[in-house]
Amino acid sequence: MRRALFLLPLVAFITVAAWFAIGLTRDPSKIPSALLDRPMPEFTLPPLQGANVPELSADAVRGHVALVNVFASWCVPCKAEHPVLMRLARDKRLPIYGINYKDWWEDSLNWLKELGNPYTAIGYDDQGRIGIEWGVYGVPETFVVDRDGRIRYKHIGPITPQVLAETLLPLIERLEK
Amino acid sequence: MIPEIGHFALILALVIALVQASVPLLGAARGDPVLMNLARPAALAQFGFIAIAFACLMQAYVVSDFSVLNVAQNSHSTVPLLYKVTGVWSNHEGSMVLWVLILGLFGAAVAAFGDNLPMSLRARVLSVQAMIGAAFLAFILFTSNPFLRLDPPPIDGRDVNPLLQDPGLAFHPPFLYFGYVGLSTTFSFAVAALIEGRVDPAWARWVRPWTLAAWSSLTLGIALGSWWAYYELGWGGFWFWDPVENSSFMPWLVATALLHSAIVAEKRDALKSWTVLLALIAFALSLIGTFLVRSGVLTSVHAFAVDPARGLFILLILVIGIGGSLALYAVRAPLLKAGGLFAPISREGALVLNNLLLSTATATVFLGTLYPLILDALDAGKVSVGAPYFNATFVPLMVPLVAAAAIGPLLGWKRGDLAGALQRLKFAAAFTAVVVLATLYLKYGGPTLALVGIGLAAWLAAATAIELAERIKLFRVPLPEALRRAANLPRAAWGMTLAHAGLAVVITGITATQAWQVERIALVRPGDVLELAGYRFAFRGVVDVPGPNYAAKRGTFEVTYDGRPIAVLTPERRFYPVQGTTTTEAAIHTTWLADLYAVIGEPEASGPGNAPGAAPRGAGDPGWIARLYYNPLVPWIWIGAVIMFVGGLVSLSDRRHRIGAPARGRRQAAAQPAASD
Repeated sequence: MRRALFLLPLVAFITVAAWFAIGLTRDPSKIPSALLDRPMPEFTLPPLQGANVPELSADAVRGHVALVNVFASWCVPCKAEHPVLMRLARDKRLPIYGINYKDWWEDSLNWLKELGNPYTAIGYDDQGRIGIEWGVYGVPETFVVDRDGRIRYKHIGPITPQVLAETLLPLIERLEK
Repeated sequence: MIPEIGHFALILALVIALVQASVPLLGAARGDPVLMNLARPAALAQFGFIAIAFACLMQAYVVSDFSVLNVAQNSHSTVPLLYKVTGVWSNHEGSMVLWVLILGLFGAAVAAFGDNLPMSLRARVLSVQAMIGAAFLAFILFTSNPFLRLDPPPIDGRDVNPLLQDPGLAFHPPFLYFGYVGLSTTFSFAVAALIEGRVDPAWARWVRPWTLAAWSSLTLGIALGSWWAYYELGWGGFWFWDPVENSSFMPWLVATALLHSAIVAEKRDALKSWTVLLALIAFALSLIGTFLVRSGVLTSVHAFAVDPARGLFILLILVIGIGGSLALYAVRAPLLKAGGLFAPISREGALVLNNLLLSTATATVFLGTLYPLILDALDAGKVSVGAPYFNATFVPLMVPLVAAAAIGPLLGWKRGDLAGALQRLKFAAAFTAVVVLATLYLKYGGPTLALVGIGLAAWLAAATAIELAERIKLFRVPLPEALRRAANLPRAAWGMTLAHAGLAVVITGITATQAWQVERIALVRPGDVLELAGYRFAFRGVVDVPGPNYAAKRGTFEVTYDGRPIAVLTPERRFYPVQGTTTTEAAIHTTWLADLYAVIGEPEASGPGNAPGAAPRGAGDPGWIARLYYNPLVPWIWIGAVIMFVGGLVSLSDRRHRIGAPARGRRQAAAQPAASD
């Protein structure tokens, strides 16, 4: 009996540790975005001078299923996902809009020159203000917006070919129906 | 080149830690002094290499070497030098290096100052310490390497989080870590004692200085953290029961319990297995705190970048380290001989009461902190547990604790005389009554609980003073004689007196600010005058002020009382362009009896739904949201905490920790009357 008492702390700890283990399996990036299934925030951003694409506003995004991709030249994962976006743009599957987030104008321009420009329009958000309204907390982030201008999905981190094929494209197809 | 040296030094430290974790342990089992003594140079070398790695990382921050990924992500060329240095630990990787640095420091200190320890115990303590070190060094190297390079390097970094660019925060993590990690030494001593199967008064005395050092730094670290939250977060509060705050508070509560139970183990050779368990739990809670902050299991303002791989690794360390030590406890603790009997009304009885209340308090905080996580794991929805829960469960436990803390020191060992103690406290009771009545007179109609808080503080302060006066025979012998006695009191006695007095001061501060804070939120235009607790705040407008790496809007309030100028308060809103973040800088004028606290908020917008930065309504000056607070006695919280910290240090300097080993021979004598418990 006395011995069982000394086992108590271990048992209590194992219980707590089990809960921790379950807690870990919950992907914290799946924190539901507060904006999910809500209309996207109204905004207008100046164009990225010299990129030869128009400015970006909520009105431009509305009307068709579209991707809104938040990127920056200083962001290494953005470079990783860039070829995926380029391929998608070449297919002319759907418009991809870029929010250039907290970036130097020159840097982003060079970046696009070097890697190519997949974006139909780019908004230059140098202060990150619009990023705050979209609930961006790290770049890259990609939003899927439906015809009515509702945010239907938010992907945090780079888009890999796998993410594109298994998550984004099926969703886009469904939304386009 | 230099980052690579740092990286290599960390690898070497890991290798040394692995040797130190195994060889001395083997030596202790075999009784081989050569293998056992390997522990000391190993501990010193391990610390040395971690220090080299830390210095290399700091160099990268100071010269803004953005080819190091960690620096590029967490620093910026325009950041002032102080925040470049503190930027080292304002991110996950760097703070882990600081963590192992302090761990190594404690190991090296045991190796350097552990002359009075028996060789086998010292070897085992250092081995256990190295196991923790090896686990965390591996964690850093495999999941959180701060020396990773970035190619091509960016032109500039992504900046230190503006909230963290603050002197209060700059020094709060080192103290907190010193406390957290210091408990690792207590843990190592406990595990070593379990392996040896021997816990005696000598052991309790050896552990005490390490517990004291950890407890003192933890006290100061928590106080600094709450001070930072007070003036930086701009809500006039000092404690938010945030999961991360709680995870530093729980080890503190347990360490406090441990300090008290170790006295019983030392003086009466009792409560031994309980003391060992507390030592294990104190460090377990530190580790759980680390896990909660870094795994992303709980979200909080303090949480570092989230990475499930890191969470899994720390969980593994947790399961092996804590699970292993508790399993060892389950096997070995029943073998520890129970100490002598004791009566409920006695010094040790009071200390047991202290332990019961403190551990229950820890359990309530633990439950409140983890309840959201538990519910989520059961798919029962997401909830958040806030201040109402903690106020309802934690505060009632503190009331008897404080009441008893006043009486306990006046009770004798073995058999105390409660009636006699209360008799000696009649002046304390009278003082308490006077203070409560005076409070009632000054603040009639306030919350009743505030009277309880103030009364308790007065009771504890008076009782502590009486206990000290009795010890030095104040008023009973001539004053010079009493002073001489005071000078000759053991430092540990002074430490207790200071710590209890500090607690009384803290309680006064918390109670007063909770009960009588006055808050005023208003839209102000230049020329407006707001009145708050008798003070008149005249708003003089907002000007732009450039900072080194931010642009500030600075508001000015001229404060007068009865027409006399008191202070000019200049709260700021700082915009940090690199991260695009705004912080509030509260302006605080303290009279030591109260703080006048002003925060300037958003400028008035012309209507809801407008884009930020839109033109303000009307042609005149825009209005600004201002928050003003009158916080009575709030500085006492930190004054009291500093008194407690000093108490810890004074107790640490007690000569019984410095002189050689207390005769371990006494063990046999003390172990004999091993009655049932």
